[in-house]
Amino acid sequence: MTFTLSHFSAAVLFALFASVVFGITQRNTTMEQIRYGLYCFGLFVGGVFAAGWVMWLLRR
Amino acid sequence: MAKTSTEKAATASAPEYPLTKMAIVAPIVGWLIPGAGHLIQKRYVRGILLMVSVVAMFLIGLGMNGRVYGPNGGDILEMLGFVGDLGSGALYFLVRIMGWGQAAAAHATADYGKTFVIVAGLLNFIAAADAHHIALGKKP
Repeated sequence: MTFTLSHFSAAVLFALFASVVFGITQRNTTMEQIRYGLYCFGLFVGGVFAAGWVMWLLRR
Repeated sequence: MAKTSTEKAATASAPEYPLTKMAIVAPIVGWLIPGAGHLIQKRYVRGILLMVSVVAMFLIGLGMNGRVYGPNGGDILEMLGFVGDLGSGALYFLVRIMGWGQAAAAHATADYGKTFVIVAGLLNFIAAADAHHIALGKKP
């Protein structure tokens, strides 16, 4: 079976799984873990958008 | 009451987090089976979330035709890739035995797949270290 993911969907999946692991392993209480996981996810996805806009500007 | 010199010496020599049998077994089990290091310590939700994340990332990487590195690549970058891949424990050995993950990177998603497989292994190393800290009592 072969998956064909777009760059964006691959990046979002990557962000999701990495954020879950970071949240669980880097904080102690449940609430802190959820907050940190969401923070990491936001940074990952935000980084994707920021990099996308930078590439768009460079291309022009 | 002031401690005697014998009591002070005993307190100073005792480690803050003594090494237990669980502190050795949990990271090894967690490395072999992602999330199992947490499951055997009754951290069921964390264990299942870690297992799903690492296994899904590994399988999606394989599904994108990601390459799985062998131990004798001959190139330093391939050796680093091997170390990352090895982090997935039993999944890595299963894939090597079955001969999967050997497709040539013919398109961009195969390169993403390789990255997914390596990062799944690296995340599992972090999860195994976390299981060790829980067993030591450093983390609730």
